[in-house]
Amino acid sequence: MSFSFTDEQTEFRSILRRFLADKSPTTEVRRLMETEDGYDPDIWRQLSQDLGVMAIHIPEEYGGQGFGFVELAIVLEEMGRSLLCAPYFSTVVLAATAILNAGDEDQKRALLPPIAAGETRAALAFTEENGRWDTGGAAMTATAVDGGYQLDGVKSYVLDGHTADLIVVLARAPGSTGDDGLSFFTVAGDADGMGRRRLQGVDDTRKLARLEFKGVQAQLLGSEGGAAAPLARTLDQAVACLANEMVGGAEALREQALDYAQLRMQFGRTIASFQTMKHKSADMLIDVELAKSAAYYAAAAADGDHDGDEELGAMASLAKAGAAETYMQTAIHTIQIHGGIGFTWDNDTHLWFKRAKSSEVFLGDPSYHRELMLQRWQG
Amino acid sequence: MTEVNEAEVLKEVRTWLEANWDPNQGLVEWRNKLADSGWGMPAWPKEWYGRGLPDGMVSAIEEEFQKIGAIGVARAGIRMLAAATLLEHGSQMHREKFLRRILTGEDTWCQLFSEPGSGSDLAGAVTRADLKNGKWIINGQKVWTTSAHHAQWGLLLARTDWDLPKHKGLSYFVLDMTQDAVEVQPLKQMNGHASFNQVFFTDAVIDPEFQVEGLGDGWKIATTTLMHERRGADGLRRWAMGTDRPERAYVEEREELAHAMAPYKWYPQRMGRVDLAIERAKATGKYADPVVRQEIAKLLTMAKSAEWTARRARAAAVLGRNQGPEGSIGKLAASHVARLGNHVHTMITGADAMLTGSDSPMDGVIAEILVSTPAISIAGGTDEIQRNIISERVLGMPKEPRNDTDRPFRDVPRNMIR
Repeated sequence: MSFSFTDEQTEFRSILRRFLADKSPTTEVRRLMETEDGYDPDIWRQLSQDLGVMAIHIPEEYGGQGFGFVELAIVLEEMGRSLLCAPYFSTVVLAATAILNAGDEDQKRALLPPIAAGETRAALAFTEENGRWDTGGAAMTATAVDGGYQLDGVKSYVLDGHTADLIVVLARAPGSTGDDGLSFFTVAGDADGMGRRRLQGVDDTRKLARLEFKGVQAQLLGSEGGAAAPLARTLDQAVACLANEMVGGAEALREQALDYAQLRMQFGRTIASFQTMKHKSADMLIDVELAKSAAYYAAAAADGDHDGDEELGAMASLAKAGAAETYMQTAIHTIQIHGGIGFTWDNDTHLWFKRAKSSEVFLGDPSYHRELMLQRWQG
Repeated sequence: MTEVNEAEVLKEVRTWLEANWDPNQGLVEWRNKLADSGWGMPAWPKEWYGRGLPDGMVSAIEEEFQKIGAIGVARAGIRMLAAATLLEHGSQMHREKFLRRILTGEDTWCQLFSEPGSGSDLAGAVTRADLKNGKWIINGQKVWTTSAHHAQWGLLLARTDWDLPKHKGLSYFVLDMTQDAVEVQPLKQMNGHASFNQVFFTDAVIDPEFQVEGLGDGWKIATTTLMHERRGADGLRRWAMGTDRPERAYVEEREELAHAMAPYKWYPQRMGRVDLAIERAKATGKYADPVVRQEIAKLLTMAKSAEWTARRARAAAVLGRNQGPEGSIGKLAASHVARLGNHVHTMITGADAMLTGSDSPMDGVIAEILVSTPAISIAGGTDEIQRNIISERVLGMPKEPRNDTDRPFRDVPRNMIR
């Protein structure tokens, strides 16, 4: 188990950080969050062609770069830091990982190269209106019809579901329950019978959609009835990735709060010279560093740099619970340190505050993950 | 840093251990061999019982010791703080006289810094050292002194000039603890143990050559000692706790540890005993309680995150990289873990949390957790002082204005208690 990044990984991080600082300043974040699609196709192309980040954890035989989750986590931490508005988490973390875990060889060869090349934006539709993050929440039915399948039901809280070219859908055989009868399917974004609506989100930097399926033709992905295990694995990996994205945002907030405290004068001194500010800042540093350590550890576990899947599950949940508490708390402190101006629309803090809030809940809140973690705890 | 081939070094230490380690020899005899060879303190300089190797290689060398069951140098108590301080600041005579006997375990040391009137504000010490007829005469009182009751030597911070500002009037000495003018009394703590001492000096005597560096250098040198103390407070285990093997060296090590550690049996408890949480919750049936499960999970999250942060800091040190902020927060994280551990053990234990001694679970161990964790956020630098250090040195925030450094120490308002 490694507890440090290699020189190459550190260099990769600094290239990304420079790119994102240049391409995703808060003026751009504010512009894109007001749009329906929520991303800039030109930046998406550059991310793919100049930095190759769509391909990062996809194996080389499927057109990828063949790196692992540690490198993917670096990308996410930097994107979380800059609040990049792009369908990256949906396409690369959720959909591509689901295809990798669930697809057969031919499907992976067909579906992954266009994602790795930045040509296909994809989404994973597994949650429904009950808001459950586990397999048991899926009620959408897949009915076999002359050699294919037909999907009926509603998916909700689908990240970038309204813009994706390709949608990976979780559905079940009629009459099945729990983990049984669950299968993955793929559907084109413009498939007949699918109604897509963007949901009004608290966090406009990350778009959610509701997808209504009425007799939508779909192709089976992987084995029929075999989606539960690859979904669980995909979620563990995605949760580890989300934790890394969150600590990137938390660190950005921590630094902004410190910068502001160093500048703001009250009572003839910078507020940074008051012990109450110094202690709060020290506590914020501790919170963020602890959450980073757990997020890094979970990313390494997602690469199998530990004792197997059960370990990954517990570690991913631990990292997500820690990152969620830290991100939210850091956002609250950052607004407080800014005082009145921190509550205004013009101040940028609320952009991260809202990302912290949506990330706290997305893929399961801290209480959910703490329970999951104990169920899977090995040591 | 010169390039050192780790594989070659490990081969060398293995060869040396195979030729020299024999559990049937006396402990002091063995440790003298360690001192002569340099393998006991590989990162120390070659001329002083070390081999001048990078810090990052030490743990791999220690693993070679563990593989073969070889005992290392003596580490119990604060001896390594004394050793590190004297290695950096001591005179030739100090190093010759003291370092070897620290490593062999023949001498025990104590740290005479804290006073009843100055804990966090350590530079406010009022124990005085006055030069009379060519000798330093010491009068005053120290407190919270670990191991003072069996120490041969003490690291003393005392005031030699009352007209200079507080930090500048302090000097650093090595004090012979065995003289009659030094009186050691046990100090009973809230958990019933008396692990620390109060030390009273009534015209105690120090020869001038036992002063460390010059007049007024005391604060600078004490800072070195404290830095080593805080570095050791990140909760990672540092040395083995002895084995039950029958050979002579193991028996002597057991006796040494038992003697040194007897007053500190509660130390694991003050850390909050995270390791016991799940097994205790299962034993009491509370593991099925969703509220308790949430709190246990919070504790595990905090404890594992703190452990991994300490490992990140260590990995950075091994690579010779500048330590990031992760290196400064171990002690504060340990305080959080201990407090949370107390909270969780209370929930798990229920009504039995009101009991102690043999009426309490695990023959009093659980009760000891509940009344010992407050020590962690005070001992070795309070949480508040740690936050000041982090905010000023890591985050670059300004110091608060203060009114005790710009005037002679004798004019600084201070406690009535001395």
